[in-house]
Amino acid sequence: MSGGLYSMDQKDFDQTLDLTKVKPYGDTMNDGKTQLSFTLPVPCGDEAVEAAKQLMKKMGFDNPQVVYFKELTEGFTFVNCYGACTHTVDYTTIHVPKVESTVWSMPETDDFIREHIGRKIVVVGASTGTDAHTVGIDAIMNMKGYAGHYGIERYDMFDALNMGSQVPNEEFIAKAVELHADALLVSQTVTQKDVHIQNLTELIEMLEAEGLRDKMIVVCGGPRITHELAKELGYDAGFGANTYADDVASYIAQELDRRMNG
Amino acid sequence: MTEKSKLGLDFTQVAAAKQLAKQIADQVQEFVDGYTTVTVERTLCRLIGIDGVDENGVPMPNRVVDALLEAGVLSQGVLYFMGNAILETGATPQEIAERIASNELNVTSLPLHPLADIQKAVQPYIEQCLTRIKGNVAKRNEYLNTIGEGPKPYLYIIVATGNIYEDVVQAQAGARQGADVIAVIRTTGQSLLDYVPYGATTEGFGGTFATQENFRIMRKALDEVGEEQGRYIRLCNYCSGLCMPEIAAMGALERLDVMLNDALYGILFRDINPQRTLIDQYFSRIINGYAGVIINTGEDNYLTTADAVEAAHTVLASDLINEQLALLAGLPEEQMGLGHAFEMDPGLENGFLLELAQAQMTREIFPKATLKYMPPTKFMTGNIFRGHIQDALFNIIGIWTHQGIQLLGMPTEAIHTPFMSDRYLSIENARYIFNDMRSIGEEMEFREGGICRERAKTVLNNAIDLLQQIVQEGLFSALEKGIFGDVKRPKDGGKGLAGVVTKGENYFNPFIKMMKERW
Repeated sequence: MSGGLYSMDQKDFDQTLDLTKVKPYGDTMNDGKTQLSFTLPVPCGDEAVEAAKQLMKKMGFDNPQVVYFKELTEGFTFVNCYGACTHTVDYTTIHVPKVESTVWSMPETDDFIREHIGRKIVVVGASTGTDAHTVGIDAIMNMKGYAGHYGIERYDMFDALNMGSQVPNEEFIAKAVELHADALLVSQTVTQKDVHIQNLTELIEMLEAEGLRDKMIVVCGGPRITHELAKELGYDAGFGANTYADDVASYIAQELDRRMNG
Repeated sequence: MTEKSKLGLDFTQVAAAKQLAKQIADQVQEFVDGYTTVTVERTLCRLIGIDGVDENGVPMPNRVVDALLEAGVLSQGVLYFMGNAILETGATPQEIAERIASNELNVTSLPLHPLADIQKAVQPYIEQCLTRIKGNVAKRNEYLNTIGEGPKPYLYIIVATGNIYEDVVQAQAGARQGADVIAVIRTTGQSLLDYVPYGATTEGFGGTFATQENFRIMRKALDEVGEEQGRYIRLCNYCSGLCMPEIAAMGALERLDVMLNDALYGILFRDINPQRTLIDQYFSRIINGYAGVIINTGEDNYLTTADAVEAAHTVLASDLINEQLALLAGLPEEQMGLGHAFEMDPGLENGFLLELAQAQMTREIFPKATLKYMPPTKFMTGNIFRGHIQDALFNIIGIWTHQGIQLLGMPTEAIHTPFMSDRYLSIENARYIFNDMRSIGEEMEFREGGICRERAKTVLNNAIDLLQQIVQEGLFSALEKGIFGDVKRPKDGGKGLAGVVTKGENYFNPFIKMMKERW
């Protein structure tokens, strides 16, 4: 199992970076080295190791190695593997849709709103549907924010209401209408069986049915949300992992300015 | 072990804090005693043997209680009408429930017998129920005396596949890897259902429905694997939300061992009406106390919304209140899994020392409690490699400060519900550290005037200030002001208030006294 401390692999491949043919990097350009771990529903033993290697080959790995294996319970084997990826991607042709706004600090965003909007922006947020997790919406909205990024409640120029978790879409919309919200923030944390997709879709359909869709900026967020997915579902923007209140607040300020002032 | 505090805590101050918490709990109890709720009444139905569903899948206890609620007589209590109907019809509670459900019988229009006779009529069913629960307690003790249990901290893992049969596979695998407590996470949203679903279930989101049949299936599986491993495996579920005491009853009947059971959690994080759930909690804790169930409280969750350094005293204050509320329900200290957590920002300098101080402080303030220590969640990022180290630091504190239940953190927290392999890695992590550092708590002392001692002192002082404030204005008002978890909950807001009913003149519930006196 052990390959020794030093790699004795032949390095007879082209070691220059070609962005049209990118593959994983271990310690040498184009070595393709990748680590994986997974569990196979088979008894622990040599056959399990061989099965893992064959599977690695089918996944496109050369020289698959199972460096560790362990029975998790009868009939299940956990493996740690390494292999050299044979596939490449063309980095030069990649286009990822992104939220088109500049990320500002809290004071910068507040100043921008004072100058360009001239009043507070009303934002209503919630974790909707059956989702009981408030961690996402809290991170964006609560005064304290998350990881040193203050939440929207702390901004001088936002009037923010965080409705918490398990808010039905009907109630969410009713509150938005009542408060004349400029923007809606929907957080979805639970994504099992794509329940978030159904829920996010339902909100847009309901807003459309009531003729409200164009009257508000509608934004969704969550660990499995991308801007691309959000656009696909009919949202104005989507914020995924590693985005904070600053990202959302500056986007809303700039988008509202675009809509109000052309 | 708290004869002398390792942290230099002033135990006269601790006693003062407990006295304040008792005043708060007494105020709550004074309110609770005057009321019952729809789920408390459904619990009584379940305890006297009413089970099953009607042709629309509505549970029988709901049919019975709804019938009384619609007739405007629920304040007299379900046992009053059941006892009377037993006298009139000679039928069993289950048969009476079925006749109510099929609209063959209106129990509110029967001639009424004297209260003493009615009480006597339900007594055999009550005793039958208590005998069964006592049998479960005896069975658990027999296991503990024969095959034994793992050392503390118990390793606590969750399963959450949504399918009870898949949960069994995961749970047994976890037990074989060393887990002592298996918690079956409930499906998202179950806490807000005002009924308990029925039968074995295979569809859930982020968890599996808590049903009595699912309890039974998992109990059997854990007994099997426990016997095989020579170690009793505890089963945990969630006795919270709108059916709090019903779940407690189901757990008592099916020999669950651990129950999340915290009204404050439901109020703050599920927006359940404070009055409703504090009334529900009282009876549920009486049942849990009687059934030998360790309750877990949810203070750790405050730190997912509030800052773990700034709000540490709110966790302690809430633990102190929860302890007193549990004592009022006759729940022994050993069955109190008071919650706290390792949730500080990993970027904080000496954060480990602050966490260590707080965990040791909690241990010393609640010396007999089976403390529940919760792993990092808020600052788990998807970097599974760092996450595994965060969990390791958490495990060091768990063994160092003699926690009761160590809820194992998963490297894949914030990504997905755990894979079988995630659980393996987490258990391996904990077992390695627990073994490697088994006696560190006995070896190490805290320096006088050092960071840890000062931290513990500050948190205790702040908790006392907060308790004083809550004594002044009452728990309900404190909740309205957002003292816990930065979440504000009005007394008349939230879900379930409509299910609260004043106790009427004929109301009786013998379980309260009999269970508290350990009949």
